[in-house]
Amino acid sequence: MSYQGCNIEGQREYFMKRAAARTKTQSRSPAPGAIASRSRPIAPFATRPGEATPLVGARKKTFLLRPARRDDMAAVTDLDERITGLAKPAHWLELYKRQKKPGHAPGIFLVAIDTDVAARLLGFIVGEIRAWEFGSAPCGWVYALSVEPGSRLLGVGEALLESIAGEFRKAGVDKMRTMVTRDNLLPMLFFRGEGMMAGPYTQLEKDLG
Amino acid sequence: MKLQIASRLAIFAVLELTEHSERQLTVAEIATRYGVSTHHLAKVMHELGRARLVRSVRGAGGGYQFCANARRTTLLDIIELFEEFGQQGPDANEPGRGTGEAAALDIVLGEIDEAVRATFGSITIATMRRLIERGRVPPVATGRLGS
Repeated sequence: MSYQGCNIEGQREYFMKRAAARTKTQSRSPAPGAIASRSRPIAPFATRPGEATPLVGARKKTFLLRPARRDDMAAVTDLDERITGLAKPAHWLELYKRQKKPGHAPGIFLVAIDTDVAARLLGFIVGEIRAWEFGSAPCGWVYALSVEPGSRLLGVGEALLESIAGEFRKAGVDKMRTMVTRDNLLPMLFFRGEGMMAGPYTQLEKDLG
Repeated sequence: MKLQIASRLAIFAVLELTEHSERQLTVAEIATRYGVSTHHLAKVMHELGRARLVRSVRGAGGGYQFCANARRTTLLDIIELFEEFGQQGPDANEPGRGTGEAAALDIVLGEIDEAVRATFGSITIATMRRLIERGRVPPVATGRLGS
């Protein structure tokens, strides 16, 4: 999983240079379709899959959030490959199929589609509700979030995250989790900016070589 | 985990300035808000000015203004102006240096340092403002941070 494609309200170069040099109100979303009134283009506030969300700001863009379809998987694979450098078609297809499997934990796979350029994928998010693993009460896990590099700073990532949070809430869970490598500054800043804080679990690992 | 007073004051000052971005705040105003001496705060503001995070405006109604990007300025950016976290490397004069015990302790301390840096380095001033506005920071949280 990689978050390298996530929306981040800053400039990648800035953070990368700074990271290298150091080697030494969240309000509830307005109704879907509401137009962001601030001059900075940060929040499209699309929370319901299937509803187009206009965004005003320096760069105008309208996009639609909806559940992923089988025929989105090629674009999902392509976007992920361009960002991570790894092609994982079987992985994405499996995640897509998993949400359809009866008896399986409820999975959510949402895509953001550019409504100006028909069927162009702007981003996607994948999550699942898991229960009682590591003793955890049911909670929503965000496994993957990716946004087309040329479409960042438009609020796509924020809209996808807000939308999946809404789906988790509807399913009855009140906690959302994800996992980010500590040195991956961009997604760390993004998720922190979205109000996510360190949870009660610490990941432990051991080399088995 | 405990921050030096200068770091805490710098963070408070920047948060205060970003909350009142429509005007300049004097050192006295900020000092009164947090119950600190203007003398100490003035030194902190000078350092923030050197780092180009704030600028002073002279004349009537003058004071300090935050002049950086709140969405890009992290807590670590501010804290590192006043103190350092880890990464100083082993001190050859420390007792026990060169022993296996010291090496094992370094691993544990390094893990802590890494987590601290990652936390401060991923929280921007804008994120802090949102935390404050959401009211998700109960008064006890600051006590826990400093304990």
